[in-house]
Amino acid sequence: MNRPELKEQIAQRWPGQVQCRSESASLCELACARAALPELCARLFLEWNFSFAGLIVEEGASEWQLRYAFYGEGDAGWVHVLVTAPLAEKTFPSIVKFVHAADWHEREAEDLFGIHFEGHPRLGDFILHDDAWQENVEPMRRHFDAREAMRHRKPDEDWRPHRIVQEPGAFVMPVGPKFSGVTESVHFLLETVGEDVIRSTPRLFYKWRAIEKMAEDKTADEVLLLAERFAATTAFAHGLAFCQAVETICGANLPLRAKILRVFLAELERLRQHAGAIQEICESTALAVANAHAGICEEELLRISCELTGHRYLFGLLALGGLLCDLPDDACAKALEKSQKVLTQLNRLEKQLRVSSSFLDRLEEVGIVPERTAMVYGLLGPIARASGVVRDLRRAQPYSGYENLQFDVPGEQEGDGYARLRILFAEARQSVRIMEQAAAALQSGSVREPLQLRAGAALGWVEAPRGGAFHWVRLDEKGKVARYRIVPPSFANWHGFHLSVEKFAFQDFPIMLSTFNLSVAENDR
Amino acid sequence: MSQWVINGIRAGIKTTAYPAKPETAAGVTPGLPVGGDYPANNVNSLISLCPTRVFSDSDGQIIVDRRRCIHCYRCVRGVERPVNWEQSYEWGTVRDGQHEFGQPFERSIHICVVDAGDCGACLNEVKQLNNPYYNMHRLGFFITPTPRHADVLLVVGPVTDHMKFALKKVYDAMPAPKRVVAVGACALTGGVFAESFVCAKGVRDVLPVDVEVPGNPAPPLAILHGLLVATGRKAPAMKDADPTNLHE
Ligand code: SF4
Repeated sequence: MNRPELKEQIAQRWPGQVQCRSESASLCELACARAALPELCARLFLEWNFSFAGLIVEEGASEWQLRYAFYGEGDAGWVHVLVTAPLAEKTFPSIVKFVHAADWHEREAEDLFGIHFEGHPRLGDFILHDDAWQENVEPMRRHFDAREAMRHRKPDEDWRPHRIVQEPGAFVMPVGPKFSGVTESVHFLLETVGEDVIRSTPRLFYKWRAIEKMAEDKTADEVLLLAERFAATTAFAHGLAFCQAVETICGANLPLRAKILRVFLAELERLRQHAGAIQEICESTALAVANAHAGICEEELLRISCELTGHRYLFGLLALGGLLCDLPDDACAKALEKSQKVLTQLNRLEKQLRVSSSFLDRLEEVGIVPERTAMVYGLLGPIARASGVVRDLRRAQPYSGYENLQFDVPGEQEGDGYARLRILFAEARQSVRIMEQAAAALQSGSVREPLQLRAGAALGWVEAPRGGAFHWVRLDEKGKVARYRIVPPSFANWHGFHLSVEKFAFQDFPIMLSTFNLSVAENDR
Repeated sequence: MSQWVINGIRAGIKTTAYPAKPETAAGVTPGLPVGGDYPANNVNSLISLCPTRVFSDSDGQIIVDRRRCIHCYRCVRGVERPVNWEQSYEWGTVRDGQHEFGQPFERSIHICVVDAGDCGACLNEVKQLNNPYYNMHRLGFFITPTPRHADVLLVVGPVTDHMKFALKKVYDAMPAPKRVVAVGACALTGGVFAESFVCAKGVRDVLPVDVEVPGNPAPPLAILHGLLVATGRKAPAMKDADPTNLHE
């Protein structure tokens, strides 16, 4: 749906209740009455083919502003639905009934701001674990002092997790936060009545570092350090989203060379992350030789990144307004050549995996997510594309010059573990294809445009290796960050993870987990 | 089946010669800044450039607290007189008191890894130790999921509030003698995340630490060095300065 159609529909349906507040080529801000909010969001999400990017809550001097960000393909652009209310009023209608993707966003806002969402089925115990925190702590409120050292609270011994399965003989198997060999900290409640696990609920935020709160009142340059480091396996993507938000606020016009190098590095990171994800899938199926081959690929890509940029995870390259330093053309050419060699190894690995029946048996029809469910849950990235929701921000809402590049967005229909693996291999090939074009397009020039920081707010987005990442930044008059909201792809994908782990045998659990390619650090930010 | 074998042979031997010989391949470490003599006006500019207070001035000499470096490269890139940089990786230093196990542990040890809120990178580098390039099994290092079998507790991350309790439980469940190896700038100082209402200033706020490995993230070879230090098979790196006196 394009913009004029959208505005006409809205004018007809909600006369006087929904107003267009401001408009640019890519963004349309709609001020919405509270009563009309659920239905407007429902139409956007369920009928008009918009995806849900996130809920951004801002506490102003006298009022709340809730911003529901949606995006469509191409001309449809971005639609932000805004609802405001005086600070004393802390109740808003929940949109979860229609936009299930907003489920965790509302739970988060309830937990951290103390806002109540009327009609939400289950609020409470989310980021601040109920067994460790007293009620009425609202850390994202402006008056809350985050620098105050850790308060020593006692764990509540009587706390019991929420149980869903009520059959006779059902019991809960707790797994984590420390489990298995080298894994990120997360807790799973596996509900079972014997061999088969009926349901599994992840309990997250053991690693919550309150990045959004820590960013407040820091300079944009300091916050860039946080943006790069809160989920460093995809550091470049998140740093880039943050930079793009600030650059939009300041109306920066980036030098071409900076844009191209950013694309080159972003794709190098995607390639490396996908190789890592493939390695984890091989490891989870206990296929030792394939695990070793994929491990070699990942390490080689880490070394290529380090040789080119000085850092294995691409830290310290991004700067507001471009890049901190230039990369020589011949070094890029060399990195590309080496990456192509790694891709050849990956292709060979894929060919072999496709004929290894013991491997395929463990992936096929495991952890199926149907297309409709993937869409309703707002799943992102390779996971969504494996289920037929083929949306990629590089194509839907291009940034940093992706509109000028030739590449495919691979999609699959089955939505099982094997489809997710195939997507990873296919995307790795596309990444090298993009790197080739970027390296060929490099022209001499500067890589940084000095920025004039000014007050304002904007959203930055990138297609990170795990899916769409959205960073909302508000700068005050002094150029300090007043609000920083991060919506990482793993937040959406963890929300849908339980879908793939229903009614399965316990030994398949690690496989389902690995094919979902989730990052806890990203989610827990 | 045979194809796997053929490809395995075709891949050749990838494993590093370290610790027998130094590793010289490119891209294995991000390196660290070097202290020492700098022109007087350079000292102050470097001190003001670094966001995590790595540098301090001692009679015109720059002292580097390597534990605090987060590899932001603000002191190297885009500045007129950059700091000197070294491509080393033997970074493991000894923290408090006794660090070596003694003889019975010189060959093989079991390691329990706890993620106390890391960004994913340090953990990913620990994971690399199992790939053919580093293959830590050859040195007798094994990862164990259970603390009951563990000799060494390897901790990454600044220790978030929610993980503090779990981390202590893991430590208490380990049999003596046990050693703690803290890996990465966040585990050593809290990194960019500390100090806040949900985040401690590193592992030492919670547990005694025996060996510290700097880096953000610490590269696999540095972690390997840290483990070799813990078992008394490599000498610890020189401490550039005693950081306790500097900032704490
Ligand atoms: S790289 Fe960054 S953190 Fe490290 S010494 Fe230089 S300025 Fe400080």
